[in-house]
Amino acid sequence: MEREVKGSTKVLGITKKKKFRKNISKYAWAYFMIAPTMIGLFILNIWPIIQTIYLSFCSSGDFGKFIWTGAANYARMAADITLRQATINTFLFTIFSVPFGICLSLLAAQLLNSNIRGKTIYRTIYFLPCVSAPAAIAMVWRWLYNGDFGLINHILSVFGIDGPGWNTDPRFALMSIAVVAIWSSIGYNMIILLAGLQTIPKVYYDAADIDGAGPFRKYFSITLPLLSPALFFVIILSIMRALRQFDLVYMMTSEQNPAIIQTRTVVHYFFKQAFDLFNQAYASVVIVFLLVIIMIVTLFQFMIQKKWVHYS
Amino acid sequence: MKKKMSIFLILFLAFSVAVFAGGQKEPGAAEVKAATISYLYWGAEETPAMQAMADRFEELNPDIKVSPEVSTWDEYWTKLEAAATGGVMPDVIWMHSNFVRKYAKGNMLLPIGDRVAADPDLDYRDYPEGIVKLYEVEGVNYAIPKDFDTVGLIYSKKMFDASGIAYPDETWDWDKLLEVAKKLTNESEGIFGFAAKARDQSGYWNTIYQNNGYVINDAKTKSGFDTPETIEAVQFWNDLIHKHHVSPTVEQLADTKARVMFVSEKVAMYYMGSWRAAWLAQGEVTKEIADIAVLPKKARRATIYNGLGNSIAAGTKHPEEAWKFVKFMGTKEGNIIQAKYGCAIPAFKGSQQPWIDKQPMFNVKAFAEMIDYGVPYPTSITAPKWASFAKDMMIQILSGNVEVEDGCKQIAAEMNKLLATEK
Repeated sequence: MEREVKGSTKVLGITKKKKFRKNISKYAWAYFMIAPTMIGLFILNIWPIIQTIYLSFCSSGDFGKFIWTGAANYARMAADITLRQATINTFLFTIFSVPFGICLSLLAAQLLNSNIRGKTIYRTIYFLPCVSAPAAIAMVWRWLYNGDFGLINHILSVFGIDGPGWNTDPRFALMSIAVVAIWSSIGYNMIILLAGLQTIPKVYYDAADIDGAGPFRKYFSITLPLLSPALFFVIILSIMRALRQFDLVYMMTSEQNPAIIQTRTVVHYFFKQAFDLFNQAYASVVIVFLLVIIMIVTLFQFMIQKKWVHYS
Repeated sequence: MKKKMSIFLILFLAFSVAVFAGGQKEPGAAEVKAATISYLYWGAEETPAMQAMADRFEELNPDIKVSPEVSTWDEYWTKLEAAATGGVMPDVIWMHSNFVRKYAKGNMLLPIGDRVAADPDLDYRDYPEGIVKLYEVEGVNYAIPKDFDTVGLIYSKKMFDASGIAYPDETWDWDKLLEVAKKLTNESEGIFGFAAKARDQSGYWNTIYQNNGYVINDAKTKSGFDTPETIEAVQFWNDLIHKHHVSPTVEQLADTKARVMFVSEKVAMYYMGSWRAAWLAQGEVTKEIADIAVLPKKARRATIYNGLGNSIAAGTKHPEEAWKFVKFMGTKEGNIIQAKYGCAIPAFKGSQQPWIDKQPMFNVKAFAEMIDYGVPYPTSITAPKWASFAKDMMIQILSGNVEVEDGCKQIAAEMNKLLATEK
């Protein structure tokens, strides 16, 4: 008995060693192959994140001098009314732009998936905003929104409605920006959803037809479940993008605009602290705060995705 | 697994350090060649003038090359701070009064006051005293004045003619401004006599000093925003919008800039900085309808003036060559070269005439004359921070979200808090 056991462990030991050696060369190769990406990721993404977290515990002097001050910045953050307002704005923006944006993208994808005339032209038109520079988009929309001379208010005036300054009225400014964000994101989301729709085999629908299912039943029992992985991807990306909203706000709400209080997002506030006020340390706190928010939101999404996303 | 992972990470780190260390050695190789001075400034419209000065300097000094490099105002300070932090600042740079203290105290600038004093060709008395003072930090001077700017009243001759009103002149005071603005305003047509811009330098700062108020005291220890004179001046600016309705609102001006409204004859007058003079001369419409007068007075005459300076980086490898270039630009010859391009008013006393001649269709002389009673640009070492706070608050005040007195006192409190950290 004893001998046998000893013998077997010996054998096991040898195979383990062999396996280990084999594995080393295998892993080394694998790491070597991904090294270019890993180095880039580390230098350009991970290392700056670590530095940013370090900076958030410092106070910034001029010309890159930083003095360790512990949690002082975090105490300041807790009492910062502007940041609180910016956080509220960011969430309002996300809540407004993401669901509407995705519903419209889904609708567009659905329509363009059917057999209509000139659908490639429509696809191109819907995708155009994605290839336009955000700065150019913002310029055009600013003109459309102009309270005195804008096209929107001009059309409204034909019906006797005196439109507000869409971009400067605190009640509408954030929603106006969200509309632009929705408009410019439809194309991108639509393409992903369209690809998702086209992977659904036609046989399911044929089978459903034989079973006598109506269009609603088909949509909710076949299309949506099979589209859910693509939908999940689009939702995750849209929410992240909305939470990090900066360029449209920066371009559409100038510092001269009193509605800046209602439109300033967290990243916009970060930018102001870091590059207008040269307060990089406090800006780091702001961005770490946003990082934590995005992590929580994304984690939560991955938790609930098990309930509704079907990977067939 | 974890161990191996960390070994790899360390290797990556070592590798990246090696790469960066290697990269830094390169500039040394270029040192042997003839000295090249890099010169950083902002504003693409200044390029012809800067290039002309560099060309003339190279003609006089064949052994020195100058490479001018342009940036935008918005990016300039971000870029310069990054360069200063990394130890690769350009040799010669434009300096602004808001930033000179920060750069001087951070030992980023070469003190040049002694060089000017020792040089027989240069004399600080040749430049407006206030601008020389703007670049003096704790008794040491860090720049030679390059230009200056003032703020004037721009008005539409066409709109004045249409209403049969005499053009503004040096007899005007606030009451006259308001009276005429009321006459020119036609609310139902969306036409305004005046634009009370929510801008500091080209807006309410001027009225504050005209009313004997102040933004910051001379010792740079106290804010003037809580003085009755300052509050009264801000109130006047606010009343133009909300009480007399002779000016577009802040919201309207955020949608459509005052100068755009001016060109489309929706605004008849506003305060404009002299740095826009070149814009006036280039515009098809403005050439025809615009002209310039001195600012109206209240308790006294005042206009905010500022001026840029040429400074040398403390870490420059060619301090002598850089000094020669800065000196050349500070001479009358250098000033006259830049005057001919008509952008900024040259700082050297008596060299303004070519600048005035450049825009014969306007009374730009008014800009140059106002220097006599001009108030130097209010600034201090924490100015970027308090000026930003004051600007944001003033926008809320002028849009009617915050009471004038309450807002001014908040600005004063924030300023005093920041000024206390300056010592």
